[in-house]
This record gives sequence, structure tokens and C-alpha cells, in this order.
Amino acid sequence: MVVQGKVIWISGPAVKAEGMAAAKMYETVEVGEARMVGEIIRLTGDVAFVQVYESTSGLRPGEPVYGTGLPLSVSLGPGMMGKIYDGLQRHLDIIAKKSGAFIGRGVTAPQIPTDELWDFTPRVKVGDEISGGTILGVVPETNLIEHRVLAPPDFPKSRVTDVVKQGKYKVEDVVVTAEANGEKKELKMYHRWPVRIPRPIIDRFDPEIPLITGQRVIDTYFPIAKGGTGAIPGGFGTGKTVALHQVATWADAKVVFHVGCGERGNEMTEVLVKFPELKDPSTGRPLMERTILVANTSNMPVAAREASIYTGVTMAEYYRDMGYDTVLVADSTSRWAEALREISGRLEEMPAEEGYPSYLASRLAEFYERAGRVRAQGSPERNGSVTIIGAVSPTGADFTEPVTTHTIRFIKVFWALDTALAYSRHYPSINWMTSYSGYVDTVAKWWLVNVSKDWASLRAETYEILQREDTLKEIVRLLGPESLPDEEKLILEVARMIKIGYLQQSAYDAVDTYCSPVKQIKLMTLLTQFHHEALNTLKSGATLAQIRGMKIIPRMLRAKFDVKETELDKLDAIAGEMKEEFKALIAQEVAAVAK
Amino acid sequence: MPSNTIGGVEYTRVAEIRGPLIVVEGVTRAAFDELVEIETAEGKKLGRVLEVGGGRAVVQVFEGTSGLSTTGTRSRFTGKTMEIPVSNELLGRVFDGLGRPIDGLPPPVGEDFRDVNGAPINPEQRDYPEDFIQTGVSVVDAMMTLVRGQKLPIFSGAGMPHNQLAAQIARQATVLGESEEFAVIFAAIGVQHSEAAFFRRTLEESGAIRRSALFLNLADDPAIERTITPRVALTAAEYLAFDLGYQVLAIITDMTNYAESLREISAAREEVPGRKGYPGYLYTDLATIYERAGKIKGKKGSVTQMPILSMPSDDITHPIPDLTGYITEGQIVLGRELFRKGIYPPVNVLSSLSRLQKDGIGEGKTRIDHAEVQNQLYDAYSRAQELRSLAEIVGKAGLSGVDAQYLSFGDLFEQNFLKQSPDENRTIEDTLSLAWRTLSELPESELTKIRLEYVQKYYGKNPQKA
Repeated sequence: MVVQGKVIWISGPAVKAEGMAAAKMYETVEVGEARMVGEIIRLTGDVAFVQVYESTSGLRPGEPVYGTGLPLSVSLGPGMMGKIYDGLQRHLDIIAKKSGAFIGRGVTAPQIPTDELWDFTPRVKVGDEISGGTILGVVPETNLIEHRVLAPPDFPKSRVTDVVKQGKYKVEDVVVTAEANGEKKELKMYHRWPVRIPRPIIDRFDPEIPLITGQRVIDTYFPIAKGGTGAIPGGFGTGKTVALHQVATWADAKVVFHVGCGERGNEMTEVLVKFPELKDPSTGRPLMERTILVANTSNMPVAAREASIYTGVTMAEYYRDMGYDTVLVADSTSRWAEALREISGRLEEMPAEEGYPSYLASRLAEFYERAGRVRAQGSPERNGSVTIIGAVSPTGADFTEPVTTHTIRFIKVFWALDTALAYSRHYPSINWMTSYSGYVDTVAKWWLVNVSKDWASLRAETYEILQREDTLKEIVRLLGPESLPDEEKLILEVARMIKIGYLQQSAYDAVDTYCSPVKQIKLMTLLTQFHHEALNTLKSGATLAQIRGMKIIPRMLRAKFDVKETELDKLDAIAGEMKEEFKALIAQEVAAVAK
Repeated sequence: MPSNTIGGVEYTRVAEIRGPLIVVEGVTRAAFDELVEIETAEGKKLGRVLEVGGGRAVVQVFEGTSGLSTTGTRSRFTGKTMEIPVSNELLGRVFDGLGRPIDGLPPPVGEDFRDVNGAPINPEQRDYPEDFIQTGVSVVDAMMTLVRGQKLPIFSGAGMPHNQLAAQIARQATVLGESEEFAVIFAAIGVQHSEAAFFRRTLEESGAIRRSALFLNLADDPAIERTITPRVALTAAEYLAFDLGYQVLAIITDMTNYAESLREISAAREEVPGRKGYPGYLYTDLATIYERAGKIKGKKGSVTQMPILSMPSDDITHPIPDLTGYITEGQIVLGRELFRKGIYPPVNVLSSLSRLQKDGIGEGKTRIDHAEVQNQLYDAYSRAQELRSLAEIVGKAGLSGVDAQYLSFGDLFEQNFLKQSPDENRTIEDTLSLAWRTLSELPESELTKIRLEYVQKYYGKNPQKA
């Protein structure tokens, strides 16, 4: 039965409606004569508390509220790739056609295009047994993505009675008919799924394959695994957005979801403008062909912001169920938490810290738990993953505020952006002393098998230099640099070289923007060899000033820009020249002593 | 809906007056956000509905509730949200904080009426900002370049020359290669008479007043009106830009006063506060102001926003600058130390930045070496700052030759490059030449951020003004 009630109270995005006794918790409703979308978030007697996903300006008590009987859901089928959606999975380009450059109210837009024809190739035949998650057929959605049309996760075990031939169909066309217990069911190229319920899976695995991002400080020091979780907190101006864009651009995932949750409109525009121009490094196709954007900018209705991360992660799970590795980047979870706080405040709930509701932590936990590397439901057997990376915008760059502290409990990788580093234009401003990754040991095996046996040791050695520098800097601050012996001054010098030549990476340089695993290993090798050679040379009597003045140093520091991915043997040449220069230095010393 | 309808529903029962709010009872027809006209013995006040239900409406009174009484107060619910008339005639005029003329001339004839709350620009319809605006201020043009359609605030502190800087930018801003000047929308939120008069004077002196509209809520005007002033001003800005094709520069000062009014209303409503008593929705609310900047596909005009805010106790982590920084596309931070040294503009370059500059600078926009010069300036000045603090401990004598050169670079940077007169308009060529002259204080080998060919072309040269 569909409920119809009426509005009795309005305060911003929160609306109370009476006559809603038969409504269900989290049911979607249409509010007012404009039929704005809302969701029931509390029921008291026959009064429903509704959060409205559009501006309630002009809404009056007495206007109708229509129940839909359905929870907030998304449509999952071909036609999503390369698109930009709002937090309710409405196509923003279709909304633009209907209401112009500014977003009007009560505008409806189909969640997936219904008039587009898709080239469907069936993968089941009459008589086959199918169930939830079975691949019914495939559709080339873009040049990069083969869309695997799935039976809905809750589809019962059935036998196929009819399948269409290969050909062009719309998403609303029935492609497969199946029968279970004498009941016939028709399957289309899409199905719907409620956003607040995780899509079911068969099994979970440990994330152990790194998600290669081409960003040195991430891949080397604080790697994230496919199916893992990470957070990137940072004050404003620390380069959070650029870092996330870099991950979304270069990550070796099949599908990337970019959820702009309460952020700047121009940032989404930038992705829309730039991604079609950027090419996928492995296939040379435009990156937009593997990207889906969910944009609920800061000035769009706040309740839809709360929904947007669920919309994003449900779509990511759907592509995961096809057997793909997906990445979801949410910028920013703090704005999502603020939406939660605003609604909670209107509900007059008892607040916990800083006005946030007491269920903030459990909501964050539920969200991050939707990441994972899994075996998907249905046949044929396949694995996929959802990696979640959430930006956190701590107020006043204070990492002790509630959203940051709660997020830390549920993630494995912590990329702490540092205001001081950003001020000195050290980008990405990931602080190597406070950041961490829980996947270092698990991904080491992948590096060992696929790239180099030295990854773990190179990482440990360079990281130790950075740690020692951190301690030595304290001494320098108190006593000045001259108080240190040459060996320790050398540590400072090598640490400086690691920072400039390795940790710093320019997102805007055509070469430096992406650094392959092999290049990472070679650059690290170069730096550690320099340290070893320099130590030896010091022992032979050369001075630190002589070492600092070596001609090879600027070339080593510029190698990240100068050496393209296609000519990595130039790095070996630089290593050779470096050794020669050290040899010459030692020879000079020996000659001087002999005199 | 015709926006100038006369009518609406009138109620006379006021149950409660609390701070800036009145609670009207027996209300049968009121809409959320509806405009309310309140008649008193002394005259008419305006308000809007914040909450409605159960026969009661909570109304925020813009002019404040002083003089209102629970009896004899008639509230007319107008049946529409707050709107202002918009047309080309707004230019050259002065209005109060609610958009009513205060220059003695009749109200402008509206081509159209617009809801002051605006509507969010569809992100899919935005055009990415990338046209360089030459402000003539070296530090801004070289290091935190402004582009058309950007929102770039000035973070200032009490007594610092943020108004001079904003006025200088308003006078001098041009887009290279285009003769068209900016139309200036100026919104004063709780600022002193002298500050508003200063802006008005500079706009008059430069002749820009003909292309300007001023919306003034001064320090002695009603505080609650401040929550609406920027919205009125930006509604005018959006109309001029997206309907009439003007390039609009909107200067809004001081956003701290705005946030304080918002806090006052929130407190009166007994809402659960976020940080420092500001409401939890401060971020979202600020965003509905700041996001009203940009360019739209297929439209000629643009809105460039330059909000000014004073940081309480110069604290950049205070909620107002903090949340602003998360929404705006960069920030220009004024520094107390430079101000004390007598340097104008006292821009603290290390904490300032422009997020949209990367597509607005370089070949065809400014000059091919711009990005690298900028990097080098940042790098060298940040090194100079580090060495300054080290020199305080170990003494200048404890620093090596190159380090000492960095120290003198730092001084030169502040005294020659940063410092300029409030009426000095430097071209981008001049600015970059000056940057090279300053960088030439360092040994050539230190310029590692700049490509060798540019170093060879510009290092140590002293090109004359073009």
C-alpha cells in the first residue's frame, strides 16, 4: 500500500509529515506539490521525520507527502560510465537540459539512459541455471569497460526459459526470462539496489595486491592495497584535492569513482574537463571511459550530500561484482559527517562531541567496511575489489577532531597532509613521520615477485635515513649544524636529496606526474648507492663540502623529471657516472695524501 | 509566479519575541523561507520564516526586534521568498543591506525579479576558469594568480590594509587583450562608515562607480540584516554576469560579521553549536555564498569573488577562515609581521595560494617561464624564512656563503618585489622582470626549479620596462 500523508512542520531540510503510519523506515517519499525526493529517517506514531534532498524553500504545511514503498535505490546497468551524477544518481547533464545552468527543484532525470541502444551478447542459454549475480550477458559500455549484465543479487535460483539473440537492446528490454517454482521472471539489462545495504558477496580475502598509483611517497612508503581503506586528512591548502585527483588519475584500477561530497563545483568541472584529455597509461584511452563522478557540491542540498557516498559505493560494489578492481575516492567525508550533524541537530538528537551525533563512528565504520577484495556472487567465479579512499578535512587542521579520530579507527592507511610542508611547497605534502600503512608487509610479496627483490630493503633503508634526519634536525635546531659530525651531516644531505629527488613529485609535470614501480626502484637504488659511496669517500678523507659540490647531484635530483618511462636505462647511466665521480674524488684524496 | 503580487496573509498573534526572532501563532498558511512584512507603529520591518509547523512560524526579523511588541504587531506573510528587482539600472547605484536604494534616487525598474538565495550552479554546466586577471599587484599576479570566475578571499586582521588591497585590485584588474573593464559589486557587511566611504571614494575617483553597485550594511545597521546582504549583492552579480554578460568582480567585506550574525540567530533558536558556538551548518551556509562565483558554459559573463574576512586574533584556524579556506579556491593571507615592517601589501606568501592559477599562467596567458619562476620564488623565500629563524639562534655569522645570500634574497624580495605603492599598477612583464632581478641575488646554480634555457635567457639580466 502506498502511503499519503501531509506536511506539518518544516525547518530547512527536515520536514515532519503526519498520516504516515504505514510508511517504513528509510522509505523514499515525494514531498510537496513539487514532488521533491526525501527519505524517512524517524517514525513516531503516524508522524514521519523526512530529510528532503532538495531545497524546501517555499514548502508549506498541508502539502502532500507521497510514499513510494521503496528504499533509496540506484539503477545499475550500462550507461553509467563517464557520466556525472548528483547524490541521488540523477544525471546532471539531463538536469541541465531540463532546468538550465542552475539546478531547479523537483526535476526528475532517469538514473541510466533509457533510449540508448546497447550491443548485448548473451552469456547464458535456455536451460541454464542462474541465480543472484550470474552474468547474463555482456555489453561493451566503453572501449575500456566490458559491462557484465548481472542477475540481481537477491534473484532466486532459476532456470532460463528464454534468452534474446545477440543484438541491440535498450536497458528496459527483457533480455532473459527464467523460471523458479513455476513462476516466470523477466530480467532486463539493469536492476535496482538500495544504497544503504551492501551488495552480498560469497567470501572476503585479505587485500595483498598493491594499488599502484604512480605516486612515489604512496607506493613506496605508505602503499594501499586493492580492496583496502585509506584516509587522507589535511587542512585547507595542503593539496588534498590534487593528491586525490592524482590517485584517481593513475591508479591501476579498472573503474574509478570520484565522489565530490560537499566540495567545490569547479573541482568537479576540472575533472570533467581534464579527464577526457588524459589517457589511461596502459591502454591509451581517455580516462573518462573508466570514471564515474558523483557530484554533490557544497551548495547543493545537504541531505543529498549524506546520500552521495552511499550512492557512490553501491555503484562501486556493482562493478566489483562484475569482477573488476574499483577505487572510490570520497572528497570529503568531513562534509558528509557535517550533513549527518545538521540532520541530527534538526532531529534534536542528543549530540556527542562537537555537535556530531553519537552514531558518527558506527556510520563511518559501516561505510569503510564496504571496501574489500571479495569473491562475487554467481557464476562464473570471479573476484573483484572496492578500495575506499576518504579525504578528511579536519577543522583548523587539528587531527584530534571527531571525524579524523573516528576515521582512523576504521582505516588501514593514513596519509597525513602537513601544513608546514605545503607552505614550503613540498608536494605531495604527505608527512612521512606521521603517516602509516597497514599493508606494507602484505604488499611486499607482490613487489618481490613482480618488480624487484630489493623493494623492502630499499624502502627500509631510505626510511631510516628520513627518520634519523628527523632526530638530527632537533639537534641542529638547538645547537646549529656545525655541532654534528660529518657522517651525520651526510645523513642530512642524503635526506634532503630523498625529499627533493624522491618524495616531492609534481602533478603538473608531464613526466613526473606518474612514476612506474620500476622507476621507483631505480631512483631509490640511486639514492642509497649515493649514500654508501659518500660514506666510503668520507672515510678516505674527502670533505663533505667536496661531496656536496659533486656535479652529479643536480642531475640525480632532476632525474625524476628528465628520465622518461621509456628510457629508464638512463638512470643506470647516471648511477655509473656517480660512481666514476666518487672514484675520482677518492683518487684525488689518495694522491693528496701521497704527496 | 508574478513576484510583485500584493496580498498575502496577515496574522496578528505574536507569541514570543526572543532576540532576533518572533514566533507568530495561529498561522495557517506559511511557507518555509517565506518573506514576512511586519507592521509596527514605527514602520515596516522585513523578516523570513525559519521554521513553520503546528500553527506557529518562527520568523527572523532582519532589522532586529527592538520596538516590537507581542500585541499590535501585524505580520503579513507575502507568499513569496525574498526577491530583488534586477536590471542594468543597478549599476551606478547605492543600496542598503536589503537592496533598497539609499542614494535618494527612485528604486531601479526591474527587468526581472530574482530569489536572493539563488540556486546552485549545475557542476556539469560550469566552464573551467582559466583567464588570467592582471591585478597590477606583483605578489598576486606572480604568486597567487587570480583567474576570471575564481573565488579568492583575503584573510586579514584588525587594522591591516585589506580594504586598500581590495580597492587597488578593483581599480586595476584587467584581462589582458580585452579592453572591457570589470563591473564591481561591493557588499559591505557590518563595516564602519569610513571603510564604506573609502570604497565609494576610490570607485568614484577612478570612474568605476558607473560600473558598480554598492550594497551597504554598516556597523550601526541591523545585525540580522547581515545574513541577507551578501545574498542580495550576489543575486545582482549573477544577473549582471549570466544574463547581461558582464565580467563581475564581487567584493564582500567582512565575512566575519556575517558569520557572527548567523551565530546570533542560531543561538536564539537554541541549536546545538559546532565549534566556538558557530552553528554546525556554518560550512554549508558559507558555501551557498562562496559557490556563487564562476563561469557558465555558453555565457559570456563571469562572477569573480573576493570576500574579505578578518581573522579573530589573527588566528587562521578559527572556524571562519578555516571553513572559508576549504570552500574558496585559495586565499591571500595578510601577515602582521610584514605589516609592522611597513610593507604594503603585507601578503604572507607562504600561507597564501591560488588553486586555479595553473591554467591561467604560462605561454599565451602570462609568460612561458611564469610557473617555474613562481616555484623558485616560493622555494627560495621559504628557505630564507627558515634561515632567518636559524640565524636568530646561531647568528648571521654562523651561516655559510650561500645561506647568507638567501637571507639577502629574503630582504630584497620583501622590500623590492612584495612592496609596492597602493596606486602602482605593474604589468605582468614588469612583475616577472622584477622577480628575475630578485632571484638574480642568488647564485645561478641555486635556481634548480627553473629550466636551464630560461635561466640563460633571464638570469642576471636587467631588462628595461617594455
